[in-house]
Amino acid sequence: MQPRRQKRLVAVLLVIGLLTAAVGSMLYALQQNIDLFYTPSQLVEGLGKDKIKPVVGQRLRIGGMVVEGSVKRDPDSLKVSFDLVDTGPLVTVTYEGILPDLFREGQGIVAQGTLIDATTIAATEVLAKHDEEYMPPEVAEALKGIRHVPPSQQGDVSRQNSSDNSTEGRY
Amino acid sequence: MIAEAGQLALTFAFALALLLALVPLYGSFVANQRMLLLAKPLALGQFIFCLLAMLALIYAFRTNDFTVINVAQNSSSSLPWYYQITASFGSHEGSMLLWVLMLAGWTALVAQYSKALPLLLQGRILGILGLICVGFIAFSLFMSNPFARSLPFFPVEGRDLNPLLQDFGMILHPPLLYMGYVGFAVAFAFALAALMGGRFDSVWARWVRPWALAAWLFLTLGIMLGSWWAYNELGWGGWWFWDPVENASFMPWLAGTALIHSLAVTEKRGTFKSWTVLLALAAFALSLVGAFLVRSGVLVSVHSFATDPGRGMYLLVFLLLVVGGSLLLYGSRMNSVRSQARYQLFSREMLLWGNNIFLLTACLIVFLGTLFPLFHKELGLGSISIGEPFFNQMFYYLTIPFALMLGLGPWVRWKQQQLMPLIKPMAMVLIAALMLALGTLALMQSVQANLALLGLLLGAWVGVSALAEVMLRLKQFGSVTNGISKLNASHYGMTLAHIGFAVLVIGVAMTKTYTVERDVRMQEGDTAVVAGYEFTLQDVYELNGPNYGGQAAELDVSKAGNYVTHLHAEKRFYRIQKTIMTESAVHARLSRDLYVSLGEELPGNAWAMRIQVKPFVRWIWLGGLLMALGALLALCDKRYRRKLTGYNQANA
Repeated sequence: MQPRRQKRLVAVLLVIGLLTAAVGSMLYALQQNIDLFYTPSQLVEGLGKDKIKPVVGQRLRIGGMVVEGSVKRDPDSLKVSFDLVDTGPLVTVTYEGILPDLFREGQGIVAQGTLIDATTIAATEVLAKHDEEYMPPEVAEALKGIRHVPPSQQGDVSRQNSSDNSTEGRY
Repeated sequence: MIAEAGQLALTFAFALALLLALVPLYGSFVANQRMLLLAKPLALGQFIFCLLAMLALIYAFRTNDFTVINVAQNSSSSLPWYYQITASFGSHEGSMLLWVLMLAGWTALVAQYSKALPLLLQGRILGILGLICVGFIAFSLFMSNPFARSLPFFPVEGRDLNPLLQDFGMILHPPLLYMGYVGFAVAFAFALAALMGGRFDSVWARWVRPWALAAWLFLTLGIMLGSWWAYNELGWGGWWFWDPVENASFMPWLAGTALIHSLAVTEKRGTFKSWTVLLALAAFALSLVGAFLVRSGVLVSVHSFATDPGRGMYLLVFLLLVVGGSLLLYGSRMNSVRSQARYQLFSREMLLWGNNIFLLTACLIVFLGTLFPLFHKELGLGSISIGEPFFNQMFYYLTIPFALMLGLGPWVRWKQQQLMPLIKPMAMVLIAALMLALGTLALMQSVQANLALLGLLLGAWVGVSALAEVMLRLKQFGSVTNGISKLNASHYGMTLAHIGFAVLVIGVAMTKTYTVERDVRMQEGDTAVVAGYEFTLQDVYELNGPNYGGQAAELDVSKAGNYVTHLHAEKRFYRIQKTIMTESAVHARLSRDLYVSLGEELPGNAWAMRIQVKPFVRWIWLGGLLMALGALLALCDKRYRRKLTGYNQANA
């Protein structure tokens, strides 16, 4: 082969090698980092057509409404636990740290954490939206047509997470 | 009245944009000089009317005209005057108008500073910019009118500006960011105009370079400011969240960085032509993707605007038209473009090519990570989220080879470089980098093989190498003092930007490794010790601000018995929007930040406090600032202002 062609070949092989390595490691990393979203009833009954339940130790996200009167604080530390609900069963979330400014009973929140037993999640992060009527979009979808969908959010799925400059707080 | 005048001004701007899009472009194909000459006054007129519209909107905000829906929803009479002005671009409608104004501004600048360009090219560039303006002004007029009234029933008081946006960073962040986004439209227009004419050479690259650099400069500043704002305002101490909207601004930045490097090759060596054009198209297309992601509401994020499917659809169609049209033109014209220059495997061309590959891989990662959850949900596979670890891990892998190449890059000659002459200086740089990195960690009494060591090594490698290289260049002019004034401004710019990158890498690695964060329960008089600093809660009392109430905490900080500083953290309750905001207290030094935020009130007269000590976090923004300064220096290079007489005569 001519030296010029040879160089081209080396360059092309180099690109292909790099791309393969990049895509491979990317897919691997992606697989490790996907967190599925559940609502409390999906967590208990299983998700999707096949009713797949998460396994203990799995990282996941859960979104629901905080049950009134369920917030229990540890008197000496920042440990807190509360129950989440959407349409049926309750799921308990434990967390240690500062809750978001907009965390309130009866308010919709999303928690990121790991499943420690069938209905308990140890959260590493709790998110609440800067909006009084906020419900996580997924929860609103699950609740749609059942109960307590605020009047302003009825009828239009895409408006359910809408508010002017709605803002998700992270704390 | 004024609001209607604003709407009228915007309508005039729309008409001028339509003319700008049609007349010069048509003129360029029928070779009508008068039509081409119309481009400049049309571009200037369009800008003036956009400016009038923006001023009318600001006027409506300043006079508390709550009959305008936009004002009623995003402002209030108790809002301080400077936030009333920034509120004018805090909403979806207002920010769209700002976007249009920026676009018209760039177009006017191109019209003003393109005297050196051949008339044909100038007309085409302005025409293409006009086409883009038409798309966005129409969007602002018909899909998100900022001047819409709610007569006859209007509120007596506005709903106030989102408290998160009531911050100094917010005053500057959107304009800078939009300047960057929209600025890539100029490079895009240059690329398309060149495609129409089929002429690419180093002269073309020299024309595009300052525009691409300027857009990149603004985007860099905008992103850095956004990061700083999030750090101060979200009360969380994080500076980058891999939030979809942040990613939306990061993608064009990565493509833009690749573009300015590829342009260097095209200008200096006349090669990489088709690649450069593709990058110019990609940078603007990614800006549009960003606009679509933020404004369509398909992604829920910290800064997403109110959702409206109609708006999302419009932007998606616009995006597809722009990308499809430009790729079609690219595909049909690019076959004929051939690069003649040859280069060896070990040459600066190859290293810059490697730089492009890494930057685009990074861009692809961000793109996939941002859009994957969207596809996953649309395909009915359930809602998912992709965590920060994914991005962090991928960028960790990418940064190592990227920084190693970056340290080597400036030393390598164009065309061909022998290995032997480089070994000695590179070994010296390596030794210096090792000493610096280990020395820093030894000072902190923490020499271990960790991320901080890696970051320091890479940072020192890039930084020392950049400095040593510029010294070498200066010596080539005889003596260093002799060379200082003779070396190109763009060379200094490059060096400074590379040092900025080094500083950024060091900042990220050190912050990631050595940040100490503790959530504590404190009563008045309690002391918490974090990373050797003693934080004592002195007092918590009620606040009374103009449009907010809440509590404030006073803390004293000392280290080993010596007083360090006093901190004042607030938890504000904004009365109108009924939202709570954490105003964290920050004590900043180059070597570390002390960061305290006041959490919720706990039973037993106690407060939850989040206390963080974050070493080197300032370096992250300092690095970004240095990069932007580097771009500014490069912009000052004389060769971008030289009259291109030879070329003009050849084309006359």
